[in-house]
Amino acid sequence: MPVSTISINTLRYDSELCNGCGMCTMVCPHAVFAPNGRVAQLVRPEACMECGACRVNCSTGAISVDSGVGCAAAMILAALTGKKEVSCGGDTDASCCG
Amino acid sequence: MTEDQQVDQAASMSVVDPAGVRLADSRITFADRLDHLLARWGYRRNWHRVEPGLYALGNPTPDVPVFVTANYTLSFDALRSALAGVDGYILVLDTKGINVWCAAGKGTFGTEELVRRIEATRLSRVANHRRLILPQLGAAGIAAHEVRQRSGFRVKYGPVRAADLPKYLKRGRATSEMRQVRFTLTDRLVLLPLALVHALLPAAIGAAVLFLLAGPGASLAVIAAVLAGVALFPLLLPWLPSSDFSLKGFILGGLVALPFALVALLGNPATAWWVRAGEALAYLLVFPPVTAYLALNFTGATTFTSSSGVKREMLTYIPVMAGMFGFGVALTLGLFLAILVGG
Repeated sequence: MPVSTISINTLRYDSELCNGCGMCTMVCPHAVFAPNGRVAQLVRPEACMECGACRVNCSTGAISVDSGVGCAAAMILAALTGKKEVSCGGDTDASCCG
Repeated sequence: MTEDQQVDQAASMSVVDPAGVRLADSRITFADRLDHLLARWGYRRNWHRVEPGLYALGNPTPDVPVFVTANYTLSFDALRSALAGVDGYILVLDTKGINVWCAAGKGTFGTEELVRRIEATRLSRVANHRRLILPQLGAAGIAAHEVRQRSGFRVKYGPVRAADLPKYLKRGRATSEMRQVRFTLTDRLVLLPLALVHALLPAAIGAAVLFLLAGPGASLAVIAAVLAGVALFPLLLPWLPSSDFSLKGFILGGLVALPFALVALLGNPATAWWVRAGEALAYLLVFPPVTAYLALNFTGATTFTSSSGVKREMLTYIPVMAGMFGFGVALTLGLFLAILVGG
């Protein structure tokens, strides 16, 4: 499996702010973070899919990432309908993710 | 459609006890399997729901673990079937019938709903501990530290796959292997029915129009291009060269269009050479972008593409797709005119 289509993404990590809780290493589905002594270490930034789980669960704000759906269909739909929010389908109309 | 109608059999077969706790078991019945099959084929996408709330699994005491999931039957059933022989509670959040990961991205499998559902089910009275086991993929919507502040419950992220729960419960923690998503051939295969259902109507219309305008060859070519994009592409994904979905799609689409181009070029030696060459070129210009576009649209179904990456790919490749397609259509029209004028 290719690591990702991406070499550039919006993931930023400030180890100065890390309190070593280890939450990011647990929630990341692509092992982007790894525990490294006192603080977490960014080990596979290129594998980040910008799901946002690490940022949401980082209580010290050490991680920032513009999370969003990596879905061309959703982006095209948003562009065509002039919607600002790119997401999986509407609330009632079910498409791929409902 | 009322709420009652939307409730799936898995939930409706459960009996509500006086405390408002519903009963669940780990058995997957024929009716459940049928429901899963229909969900995979996209039949009544909104109907595969479980009633949100608290469910008792086995013979729970106040000490047993509490598992949290989404109110999509495939999510709920994956959880309860993985917990055969385990006594526990299942807290089902209202995610509008959407699976855990997608709902977490949307925010419906989220901190707000979790805190609200803990209160609504009076979970703190049912359980004498303050721990919840959540699916790891729910983390994109749940801020564990906020849940603790607001409800007193400590969120533990379990494995990505419910099937790993027995091992997780035994070890008390998830291994790094359990923490990573995969995208296996099976994972890609189960997506096929829905992709085919979505592609059926547009492909049929395209084939009918091309049959009338350009004949059976072009009609068959559009079916081949669409099938390549929605079926062959997901299956061959890891083995197609390049990491860009569009480029993978162009390569696959080119291979699929090639036989049509060769037949156009070599199949009718009596036709003028420039007509045959023009037709062959038209096949290679019009159809590979169709496959590439469908391939690009598959990004959302994968487990690893990022928003930034997809955006970059769209900016790079959509102009190429549009250009090739437009040029191919113009060339075809030009050929028609030339044949008409030239007799």
